[in-house]
Amino acid sequence: MKVIVNVSLKEGVLDPEGQAIKSSLNNLGFEHCSDVRTGKQIILNLDQNSEDEVLTQAKKMCEELLVNTVIENYEINILKD
Amino acid sequence: MRSGVVIFPGSNCDRDMIVALKQVTGKTPIKIWHKENDFPNLDLIVVPGGFTFGDYLRCGALAARSPVISSIKNHISRGGTVLGVCNGFQILIEAKILPGSLIRNKKLLFTCRETTLEVQNCMKNPFLSGFKIGECLKIPVAHNEGNYFAPKELLKQLKEEGRIALKYSKQKNSEKNYNPNGSSDDIAGILSNNGKVLGMMPHPERAINYLHGGTDGLKLLTNCIQQIIG
Repeated sequence: MKVIVNVSLKEGVLDPEGQAIKSSLNNLGFEHCSDVRTGKQIILNLDQNSEDEVLTQAKKMCEELLVNTVIENYEINILKD
Repeated sequence: MRSGVVIFPGSNCDRDMIVALKQVTGKTPIKIWHKENDFPNLDLIVVPGGFTFGDYLRCGALAARSPVISSIKNHISRGGTVLGVCNGFQILIEAKILPGSLIRNKKLLFTCRETTLEVQNCMKNPFLSGFKIGECLKIPVAHNEGNYFAPKELLKQLKEEGRIALKYSKQKNSEKNYNPNGSSDDIAGILSNNGKVLGMMPHPERAINYLHGGTDGLKLLTNCIQQIIG
């Protein structure tokens, strides 16, 4: 089963990369763009069939390694074919 | 005095640290490969700088899950001393040995230059106890993710517990960029709750010879070794 983990910075955590992208977009004429936040996507392939089990495992992976919960939030989505 | 330097794939300040410790202690520290979790009892373990595991995922995240980390935690629970420098600081944070987080430098630039550090009024610890409060040390930084970030409550707690050991110090009122990375409260180094673990972004091993432009790093390491020997 394919699982998509989206990791984003928590509100209030400085995102200098997002700010740099924002100013570049503004320079290109997208002046309505008032904020940019960056994040990352991690795609996992888990050899399990139960959705519950996959979600539990993915959550454990996030808490133990994939996400730094001091500064990041995450969202887990199971990709259905 | 027995010391050891931990080496991960991608560590690159390990040899400089070994040279510095040898200069201070007169003995060559042992090298500890990150897969080892069985090494003799040591007085001091140093986690050196570098780009462990290519800084993949987050700086220090993968190194913090290496087998050696549990041995470092055991060493700490026995009251052992640990110094983490730069990527070593990031690793100690990712391993949850030290609290908070180190995020991208505010200006998105890799910063490599000398900084002035001010010794803070902090809890008793073997790293800085020989220095006066407010004493300044000139030690260089070289990093991309050294911006110390912690939720407000944690910052307050660290302050109250005297765990903020080193801050970047403004030398002249006109000096704008004295804080090289945008770190909260100008924090350059913090201590564990027992004061025996120090994580710092600046590199003391890069200021141990007049040819380096200064020897304040040597002063810090010498003080640390003297405090440990007692």
